[in-house]
Amino acid sequence: MSAQFSLPFESPVHKLESKLKELEAFSQEQDIDVSHEINNMKDKIEQTRNNIYANLTAWQKVQVARHPNRPYTMDYIESMTTDFVEIHGDRIHRDDRAIVGGFAKIDGQKVMIIGSQKGRDTKSNVETNFGCAHPEGYRKALRMMKLADKFNVPIVTLIDTKGAYAGLESEERHIAEAIAVNLRECFNIKVPIICVIIGEGGSGGALGIGIGNRILIMEHAYYSVISPEGCAAILWKDRAFSDQAAEALKITGKDLLKLKLADEIIPEPQGGAHADLQKASENLKLAILKNLEELNTMSAEEILQDRYNKFRVMGEFEGSVE
Amino acid sequence: MALFGSSKKNYSTITVKKRDVPDGLWMKCPSCGEVVYKEEVAANLEVCTKCNHHFTLPRQARIDLLSDPGTFEEWAGNIKSVDALGFTGMQSYVQKLEANQSKSGWDDAVTVGGCKLNGRDIGLGVMDFSFLGASMGSVVGERITYLIERCTKEKRPVLLACASGGARMYEGMLSLMQMAKTSAALARHAEAGLPYIPILTHPTMAGVMASFATLGDLIVAEPEALIGFAGARVIKETTQQDLPEGFQRSEFLQEHGLIDKVIPRSELREQMSLILDYLCDK
Ligand SMILES: [Zn+2]
Repeated sequence: MSAQFSLPFESPVHKLESKLKELEAFSQEQDIDVSHEINNMKDKIEQTRNNIYANLTAWQKVQVARHPNRPYTMDYIESMTTDFVEIHGDRIHRDDRAIVGGFAKIDGQKVMIIGSQKGRDTKSNVETNFGCAHPEGYRKALRMMKLADKFNVPIVTLIDTKGAYAGLESEERHIAEAIAVNLRECFNIKVPIICVIIGEGGSGGALGIGIGNRILIMEHAYYSVISPEGCAAILWKDRAFSDQAAEALKITGKDLLKLKLADEIIPEPQGGAHADLQKASENLKLAILKNLEELNTMSAEEILQDRYNKFRVMGEFEGSVE
Repeated sequence: MALFGSSKKNYSTITVKKRDVPDGLWMKCPSCGEVVYKEEVAANLEVCTKCNHHFTLPRQARIDLLSDPGTFEEWAGNIKSVDALGFTGMQSYVQKLEANQSKSGWDDAVTVGGCKLNGRDIGLGVMDFSFLGASMGSVVGERITYLIERCTKEKRPVLLACASGGARMYEGMLSLMQMAKTSAALARHAEAGLPYIPILTHPTMAGVMASFATLGDLIVAEPEALIGFAGARVIKETTQQDLPEGFQRSEFLQEHGLIDKVIPRSELREQMSLILDYLCDK
């Protein structure tokens, strides 16, 4: 992990942190007790960070969601599940590493967990294609979902992708069709599905594993129909307007709750999920278990109808169709 | 819309010497370069009389092509797009909508309804790229969902002439979720054993492609239509790849196994009718 990475808006924290280091060095060199000042400084750092993270703009949340130290699907699987049995491949073309998954247990509860996976260095980024799946990734995800459905295991998806991969091979193997088929087939899956946006919710590439009975979003994650940069380039003719575009597109958890497109925001630890994986995992786990408990009381018919009804009412317009 | 803007200029009017022909009656075909008589092209379903290049067929003409005369009844016509996000950009969503409405005379990017095709009751939807790039807002998604649901109830097959640049950015995530909503309705239409055929016209891209445009029992396309997920410019920028000739055209996609059949417009009505014979009649 690149521990040095910091976001521009965190600079007040870093300034205080370097002051703290100076204080500590001074105290050691001079052998003077400044523990009171040091504790004050630590409090101030904590407060400053909390203030910043409590008031992040949409564009700043995008930065946090893309933080290279942010926990990815495999981090959550390792820290919040046991007995993980990974499943590989779409049985047609290959094993797309941008979408990973398999059987796992969360507090003993069996689930099929499926998620986007990004890399942390060149090698793993090449392997996972920076979290951007090809068609075979979506087909692999659907295969895992159908497997779970057949053996009555509820499904959890963790979403964190800039989008489906835009490339020649993707088009030649019909990325659009792969996503579309997932959308349709997910409405035939009879086990509960819980979807969580853990980082980046990049448009159709996110939606391809985003059809569920519950849509949860982590506090600093975002979900958008187009990247703020892409929107700025088209509507403002300039990527420098990405912050305005991020604001206008209404992409944060709060926005999605208001638009009735998400059910719940999962709180992140102070300073964001990357500051404390254990705490972030704990919050995610609690949210998944709580929602599973509710969904587990429903019959297969009710699960199907619930999912249909949920998406059926999405959209805003004036007047009535009848 | 994301990929193409809202321009619908597919052919350019050339200046012809006044003494030869009156202004605006002739145009130069961008495909073969020949000067053709506009009225003749229109009468030929907007297909070039010299080279068979397919120009955009206007919405009403498309409805007329795929329905028996006087049978088309519009459904879900009374809903209107709203600026749910309060979108603040260089231009407001409301301004964009109004400009497109007054330019086109249509209220939004799709018209759906029930009609007969060769005497058979069907559901028909026609998307119109000239209206905001036929981007998928809530009204577009709702009309298409309503069309499919009503056809499920009334046991009708659905034909849907698709065109789109993708999402309607002004509606943000509401736009994205129309992909899910329409696909959900198609799951139930398919479950009822009813045929659904998307007809892909120039251009059909992005979110529409990644939902109802590729969920047909058969997927047919008009010749040389641009069809794909990501735009060629985006692909070149992200991958630095050279794209093969004919990339993302109907014929390319038939070769690569996605499109079942490329059908020239002159045969579209007859072919759709024949295919529905196979799918509907026991
Ligand atoms: Zn021509």
